Amino acid sequence: MAARYDRAITVFSPDGHLFQVEYAQEAVKKGSTAVGIRGKDIVVLGVEKKSVAKLQEERTVRKICTLDDHVCMAFAGLTADARIVINRARVECQSHRLTVEDPVTVEYITRHIATLKQRYTQSNGRRPFGISALIVGFDCDGTPRLYQTDPSGTYHAWKANAIGRSAKTVREFLEKNYTDEAIATDNESIKLAIKALLEVVQSGGKNIELAVIRRNQPLKLLESKEIETLVTEIEKEKEDEAEKKKQKKST
Amino acid sequence: MEYLIGIQGQDFVLVAADNVAAHSIVKMKQDQDKMFKLSDKILLLCVGEAGDTVQFAEYIQKNIQLYKMRNGYELSPTAAANFTRKNLADYLRSRTPYHVNLLLAGFDETDGPGLYYMDHLSALAKAPFAAHGHGLNHRFILNLPSFSVRLIDKDGTHDLEKLIPVGAK
Repeated sequence: MAARYDRAITVFSPDGHLFQVEYAQEAVKKGSTAVGIRGKDIVVLGVEKKSVAKLQEERTVRKICTLDDHVCMAFAGLTADARIVINRARVECQSHRLTVEDPVTVEYITRHIATLKQRYTQSNGRRPFGISALIVGFDCDGTPRLYQTDPSGTYHAWKANAIGRSAKTVREFLEKNYTDEAIATDNESIKLAIKALLEVVQSGGKNIELAVIRRNQPLKLLESKEIETLVTEIEKEKEDEAEKKKQKKST
Repeated sequence: MEYLIGIQGQDFVLVAADNVAAHSIVKMKQDQDKMFKLSDKILLLCVGEAGDTVQFAEYIQKNIQLYKMRNGYELSPTAAANFTRKNLADYLRSRTPYHVNLLLAGFDETDGPGLYYMDHLSALAKAPFAAHGHGLNHRFILNLPSFSVRLIDKDGTHDLEKLIPVGAK
């Protein structure tokens, strides 16, 4: 049944699906995981680093990119598609500054990206972008923001979210663990992001890339050493927790 | 009546621009800043046709920033100067040329300080000192109310005290 309605994306199926858009969402689910956390004074983006081939330069496939001094995004899905979207977003950020003399709000640039994606779900001969994006940043008034877009062109604001492979597992973890205590300090927010990624990433800290934006500061990519330190901290905390539980059980 | 001057030192560039925005004989504004920050270590000083100056300078400014976002590092002063010249040259033979005279001053990690002179016909010259002034021989008009002065060195752009010529009231 789907076969007749999934060639051109401008065609609805009888039961109201746009199959190409749904297939694009499947492509996203194949991409490596990305997680975003909105803290109080910090926003955190974490991505699963794909293991590179032996002969390939480890200069990381940049899955976290700046769009402007105060906004950045991570994506899951087709890297080539992401490059196009990111480029258009960067141009729009500068164009906005030129015409309006103000930096973009996170919501504005998310809306721009989402509108771009939607346009590609409604035109002839083009396929949708196969990426979901997590867009984070601070607005002029200092409010931290996290938005997610998907191939259909919808966008929503989130307190914390994950996209890509095993996004569901990570999101469930975040639903359980995103509390006011968990994001009380910058360091705690970063650790929450790492904990969320460790749920689904094999071999720990080496395969995690983390970036943070603090209010009025540019994007900062954490070095692998810093991540390793935090991972060790988290593992120690886990052990302490397990110890306490054992003691409780025995008493 | 507008005046720009730049001097390249051993490890810095010193630039100054007057602060008057005038319409014929009327001083519309006496605190006009004619310097545009292209990046942390590059300044563009721009005088000429009213409107063209800000339009062109801001356009260059945003494009330099876009390069930084796209590539992760900033354009060098030489590259920025050539980019500006190319833009000016392209517009020169169009229906809408920009009538602006520019000085571009910057500090590069490897090449050190640099000062570039550019005029409305899109000539570009790297020079140790340069000026854009009023009149046939680029007279330096001294009785302008004030001049903004800035210094660029390896630590970035620094604002110096405004020059207020004595007797100019």
